[in-house]
Amino acid sequence: MAKLKQRLLENKLIKWMRGNEKLALLGSLLKDNIRQYGMFMALIIIMIFFYFVTNGISVRPLNINNIILQNAHIIVLAVGMLFVIVTGNIDLSVGSVAAFVGAMIAIFMRRMDIAWYIATLMGIGIGILAGMWNGFWIAFIKIPAFIVTLGGMLIFRGLTLLVLGGQTIGPLSGGFNRISSGFISDPFGGELHWLTLIAGFIASAFVIFSTIKKRRRRIDFNFEVLPIWVSVLVTSLTLIGINLLTYTLAQHRGLPNVSIILFVVIVIYTFISKKTKIGRHMYAVGGNKNAAELSGVNTRKTLFLAYTNMGMLAAFSGIIYAARLNAATPKAGELFELDAIGSVFIGGASMSGGIGTVGGAVIGALVMGVINNGMSLLGLGIDWQQVVKGLVLLMAVWFDIATKNKR
Amino acid sequence: MNNNLILEMKQITKDYPGVRALDQVDIKVKEGEIHALCGENGAGKSTLMKVLSGVIPYGDYDGDIFYEGKRCEFKNVKQSELMGIGIIHQELALIQDLSIAENIFLANEISKRGVIDWDEANRQTIALLKKVGLDEAPEELIKDLSVGKQQLVEIAKALSKDIKLLILDEPTSSLNEEDSQNLLKMIKELKSQGVTSIIISHKLSELEQIGDSLTVLRDGKTVDYLDFKKDEVNEDRIIKAMVGREITNLYPEKSNKIGDILLEVKNWSVDHPLYDRRMADNVSFYVKKGEVVGFAGLMGAGRSELFRSIFGKSFGRNIKGETYINGQRVHLNNVSQAIKHGMAYATEDRKTYGLILIDSIKNNVTLAGLNKVIKRGVIDDNLEVRDSEKQVKALKLKYSDINQDTLNLSGGNQQKVVLSKWMYTAPDILILDEPTRGIDVGAKYEIYQIINQLAEMGKAVIVISSEMPEVIGVSDRVYVMDNAVIKGELTKDNVSQEAIMRTILKKKEEVKVNGETKTTTA
Ligand SMILES: Nc1ncnc2c1ncn2[C@@H]1O[C@H](COP(=O)(O)OP(=O)(O)OP(=O)(O)O)[C@@H](O)[C@H]1O
Ligand SMILES: [Mg+2]
Repeated sequence: MAKLKQRLLENKLIKWMRGNEKLALLGSLLKDNIRQYGMFMALIIIMIFFYFVTNGISVRPLNINNIILQNAHIIVLAVGMLFVIVTGNIDLSVGSVAAFVGAMIAIFMRRMDIAWYIATLMGIGIGILAGMWNGFWIAFIKIPAFIVTLGGMLIFRGLTLLVLGGQTIGPLSGGFNRISSGFISDPFGGELHWLTLIAGFIASAFVIFSTIKKRRRRIDFNFEVLPIWVSVLVTSLTLIGINLLTYTLAQHRGLPNVSIILFVVIVIYTFISKKTKIGRHMYAVGGNKNAAELSGVNTRKTLFLAYTNMGMLAAFSGIIYAARLNAATPKAGELFELDAIGSVFIGGASMSGGIGTVGGAVIGALVMGVINNGMSLLGLGIDWQQVVKGLVLLMAVWFDIATKNKR
Repeated sequence: MNNNLILEMKQITKDYPGVRALDQVDIKVKEGEIHALCGENGAGKSTLMKVLSGVIPYGDYDGDIFYEGKRCEFKNVKQSELMGIGIIHQELALIQDLSIAENIFLANEISKRGVIDWDEANRQTIALLKKVGLDEAPEELIKDLSVGKQQLVEIAKALSKDIKLLILDEPTSSLNEEDSQNLLKMIKELKSQGVTSIIISHKLSELEQIGDSLTVLRDGKTVDYLDFKKDEVNEDRIIKAMVGREITNLYPEKSNKIGDILLEVKNWSVDHPLYDRRMADNVSFYVKKGEVVGFAGLMGAGRSELFRSIFGKSFGRNIKGETYINGQRVHLNNVSQAIKHGMAYATEDRKTYGLILIDSIKNNVTLAGLNKVIKRGVIDDNLEVRDSEKQVKALKLKYSDINQDTLNLSGGNQQKVVLSKWMYTAPDILILDEPTRGIDVGAKYEIYQIINQLAEMGKAVIVISSEMPEVIGVSDRVYVMDNAVIKGELTKDNVSQEAIMRTILKKKEEVKVNGETKTTTA
């Protein structure tokens, strides 16, 4: 079946497009990104499915808002994990690091009376140090990442239990809690949250502007450009998507604070992965470490940075999670690492490194999040959610292998 | 059908996204002969053989295969193997962490009641290794063997099966003269035992030497068939069929002017990273501006190791010695420092050290010179595409899309990507390690031309090559290296294959007596 589908896709549609002069570029774009588009389509289909089986509850403003809040900490982790996996490694310690950061922040605030924002910054610092610890052993001492981070998983979990004395600390300060439970306030007031709508318009304007600019640049370089109708179609769909989202959120309480954090993280890391030297070097190290090294890439530094960054994002994750619970618990962060790793692979990254995108990892996390959420709405418990998540992971990677034309 | 044909492939067509690799190819091979297959890089030779051996399964190509008179539809390699077809791929397919014997009998284990009989396997391995002229122990790990020896193990592996038709895809491209000759002798030997062979090679002299007939492919089409007994066959004729035009001179004319010393290395020594073995022992040499210097020697002489250790200490331990660029002492502690000092080193082993196979042509080309496409910290995509396309077009790379993975390029075209990468860094000192391995005649000529152009621009070019005619043809001066030492230096006037061989055969003591610097002339 999969093979048949692949043939159809590969041979008929895409070949036709690539053969057709006007659509050749679109064809090769599709071919190069088939995985990402495929997963995005899957996400849409899953959302439509739950829309019907929950009688529309799943897309109500409150629920969309919940999906964002419930998955923010995994999305942030998945972004960091993407880079680690792209370098051909893994990090099993992120859940424990997130828990430890949450615990330390709670202790700073509750036991030492440190202001919440300073405590948060210190928490981020601890995350970075934890990442450097992993990175040091992996990059410089050359101990396999699986071992180092398995050790880290135990070490940081143990430290969490130690500092908390096995107790939950909460509630935390109001300021800290608002990181996850607060919303951007609306200066306009009224039924609809106008600021959110305006944010949508600004984003739309930006999309239009950058599409035009990109097109111009390609023309300047005498490169092929997509037929104008395709560009217009793609851009319009993007605009509809953005504004639909902001409109939905505007009907509830507007943009949650975490959505800003997510937006910034996703934009910055997409940029790093595609447009910077360090990003390129991460892919090179994962693709072929020897060749990268002989081409002047400092592989040790690159690996070290990937883990340091992972530590920082694990801290973000811990902060978002603790702020949402308004407490630091010894059990926080359990299984986060598996959700993050799963998201990255669902998003099309390769086990052996060198392949994967930030966008894919985010979509992967959303696929899992939407399924979780939809199933809870249907009253299915964590038991069924786990089964389905496992199957989704398997299917996604199967799709990956089936669409890869071998040899 | 002619009954002494062992193989006939008819109207074979194979499409890949964006390229038609084979376009109605016909090929006939007679029973018991050695059939040569040649053509430019990307002509479709390897693809054709993959179709024949079932690597590309029935249904993924169009056309018919008749083998021993029967129409065959191989769905996998096992099926073709059962019919007696063995293939040795262009890229080695041995498992590096297993021993020779384990590799040879992989998926073909000799067992008694389900238990592998290693004694018997080892015994047979020794016999097979002897056949291919190796005297390694069966327990030795593949990763500890040189590429040349690995190739011989591949052949031994194929021989371990009961084969009637042996396909060899560029078997000698990584072998030295002597090993190549051994291999060719062995193929002849097999012929006398009734084994038919199809051999792909860019070394036309070898094909002339052992071939009985020959098929030439160009752009996925059969363009010529020659019978060595009936037709008059010579290199010029083959080349003409391959590239579609005449190439009179294998080595282009040079007009470079030699200047001052650009790179000088003094008393350089390096040890193997794992074993207690000297890979370069107190080596000294220099290269002048505008000069092309060849490093001749047999495979395993230590030339790659020497240059990798100079190139940012990317190989070995206990590195001792001094490097001078333009008379200034430099310390090149890592590759990026070496690149900053204008050095470039194009590796011999494109798969392990040269390319990121799962990445695009574009990203491979710009990897070492990424700074050139970075503007204010940001990679400029369009500039990158333009630069990399310009670079690969200069080497006449055959590709369909600059964003395609290098994995799917033909072997020779992969080699061109490695060269493009280093050309893109615009180096002053270019070290080329076996630069024309697996490259067709036409492209070789282009590479030699580029070497000359660089020399004319006043750059220093070092060419490491195990093909003596090549070293002699391109170099202004030749160092002969053997067993970790430079045994002698030959100038344009006194260099010849015999002179190189004589220098290699000199005893080590003789060299030591001759002088401290060990750069004595022959
Ligand atoms: N898996 C693949 N996907 C896409 N294109 C491919 C694939 N394999 C081969 N090709 C293309 O098919 C063409 C023929 O390749 P092939 O490897 O048969 O060439 P070749 O004659 O063996 O060349 P060389 O002498 O360089 O080894 C090339 O243009 C190559 O890029
Ligand atoms: Mg080939």
